[in-house]
Amino acid sequence: MSDFFFNLPVIVQGFLKGLAVICVIFPIAGICSMAERKIAAWIQDRPGPNRAIVPWIAWIPFFGTFLQRLGLFHVMADGGKMLFKEDSLPGHVKKFYFVLAPILAMIPALTTVTVVPFGAYLGATGQIVPLGLAPLDIGILAVFAVASLGVYSLILAGWASNSKYPFLGSVRASAQLISYELAMTLSVIPVFLWINAPGREATLGFARVVEFQSQAGFWGGTWFGFLMPVSAFIFLVALFAETNRTPFDTIESEADLVGSFHTEYGAFKWGLFFVAEYSHMIVGSAVFILLFFGGWNPLPWVPLATAVGWLHHLTGWAFTVHPLFVGVCSIAILLVKVLGMLFLFMWVRWTVPRFRYDQVMKLGWQRLLPLAIANLIFYALAIAFLQK
Amino acid sequence: MTANLMFYVFTALTALGALGVVFNRNTVNAAMCFLLSLVGLAGLFVLLEAYLLAVLLVFVYAGAVVTLFLFIVMLLDVKGGRRSPFTKGTGLAATVAAALIALGLLSLYNHGRIAAALPAGPGSGSSLKGYAYQLFTTYLLPVQIVGFLLLMAMLGVIVISKRQAGTEDGK
Repeated sequence: MSDFFFNLPVIVQGFLKGLAVICVIFPIAGICSMAERKIAAWIQDRPGPNRAIVPWIAWIPFFGTFLQRLGLFHVMADGGKMLFKEDSLPGHVKKFYFVLAPILAMIPALTTVTVVPFGAYLGATGQIVPLGLAPLDIGILAVFAVASLGVYSLILAGWASNSKYPFLGSVRASAQLISYELAMTLSVIPVFLWINAPGREATLGFARVVEFQSQAGFWGGTWFGFLMPVSAFIFLVALFAETNRTPFDTIESEADLVGSFHTEYGAFKWGLFFVAEYSHMIVGSAVFILLFFGGWNPLPWVPLATAVGWLHHLTGWAFTVHPLFVGVCSIAILLVKVLGMLFLFMWVRWTVPRFRYDQVMKLGWQRLLPLAIANLIFYALAIAFLQK
Repeated sequence: MTANLMFYVFTALTALGALGVVFNRNTVNAAMCFLLSLVGLAGLFVLLEAYLLAVLLVFVYAGAVVTLFLFIVMLLDVKGGRRSPFTKGTGLAATVAAALIALGLLSLYNHGRIAAALPAGPGSGSSLKGYAYQLFTTYLLPVQIVGFLLLMAMLGVIVISKRQAGTEDGK
C-alpha cells in the first residue's frame, strides 16, 4: 500500500497530499460556522440553532432528536443555501475584480498550509521526522509572505464593489493588516533567535521550534509560551487582528459599515470570504501552537516520544511505536490543540466588545509595536548571554 | 523538462506583467500586472533555488509595496484613475530611458555571455547563516547606503505630503 503510494510520480503524490489536507481543512471551516453559533448561544444562554433535520433521521427515536438539538444539519442547510441562492452581480461593480477578490481570498489561506508541518513520526533511530506538504527551511517567512497577500482580496473587494461602505471597510482592512503584521513579525524573532543556537545550522522552519520544545529536562521541555509569554501574547493579539476577528473586526463592523467589504457580495462568493476567514484562523492557530505551545507534543514536559514510550510500556502493543500510529497521534494532538484555539477565538468573540477603529490603530502602533521591540531587545540580550 | 516549462511560464508571466504595467492606462490594472510580474520573478528565483530571495520578494514587494500602491491609487481616485497625458518632458525622459535600456541590452548581448554555471551566490539556497554573514560583512556598506537612501526618500515624501496638506487646509 505505502509502496504503491511512493512509486507514484512526485506531482501526483503532492496532489494527493494537498487534496487530503484540503479535505480536512474545509470540513473544519464548515463546522466552525456551526460551532460559532452554538458557542454564541451557549455563552448568551439560549438554545441556538436546533431546528433543521433531514426527515428520515428525525424518525430515529432518541438519536435523531439529539442530532437536531445539536444543530448539525444547519451546516448542510447553510451550505445548500449558499450553493443554490441566486449569485447576483450588482450592476455598478467592476466585474473582473469583483469576481477575482473572493478567489484571491482563498488562495493565500490555503497556500500557507503547505509550509506548516502538522505532525511527526519517529524515524529508525528515534529522531523526529516532521510531516508536512513542503517543510521548508524558511517556514515562518513563507507563512508571513503568503499570508500578507490576503490583504489584496479585501482591498480589491472593497474597491470593485464601487460603493462607499465597502470602500471604507477595505481601507480600514489594509491599514489594519499592515499595522499588525509588524508586531507579529517582531514577536516571533526571539523564538528563532533561541532555536538558532551557536553551532547548529540556521533555520526558520517550524520543525526545529517543536524539536526545541520537546527536549529532555525541565527547561528543555518548557513550551515557548511559558518561556516567552510576552511574545506569545503579542502574537496572539496580532493573530486576532490579522484574521479580522472580534475585538478587531472593525473591518466588517455591521453597525457603522453595513457589511464592509462584503456588503455587495452574496451566495457563494460571500461563502468563499467566509471559508477563507476560517482557514486563516485554522492555519494561524496551528502556527501559534507550533511556535509557542509545543506543536504535536501532548503536554508540557511530556514530548511525543515519551508519551508514545509510556503507551507502549503500559499496553505492550507493538503497533503503538509504528510510525503510522505515531504520525496519526501527532496529527490528532495538533488538531485537538487547534480546535481549542478555535474555541478561544469564539469565546473572545462573544465576550469582548469590538474596539473602535482609532483604538485598533492606537493599540497596534503605540502599544503592541513598542512592546514587541522592547521584548525583542530583552530576549536578544538574554539569549546572547545564555548561549554565549 | 518540467523545469524548462516552468521557466517559460514564469518568464512569460514576468515579461507580460511588466509590459502590462507600462501599457495599461488604468492604474489599478497596472498595479495588478506589477503583482503578476513579481509573482513570476519569485517563481524564477524558486527555480534557481534561491528560496529566501523568492520569499523576501513576495513578502516585501507583493505583500507591502504593491499593497500600498493600490491603497494610494484607490484613495486618490476611487473611480480608477486615468493617467495624465504625455508632456514634452516625459517624452524626453522616456527617449533617454529607452536609449539607456537599448544600450544596456546591446552591451549585455555583446559581453554578457555566461560561459559556465556561476558559483552559488550568498542568496541562493536557503543557507540563512551564509546570507546573513555576507550581509553584515562583505555587503555591509552597500546595505547601509541603500538604507540611507531610503531614509532620505522617506523624509522627502513626508516633506512633500506635509506641504500639500498645508495648502489643502489653506483653501
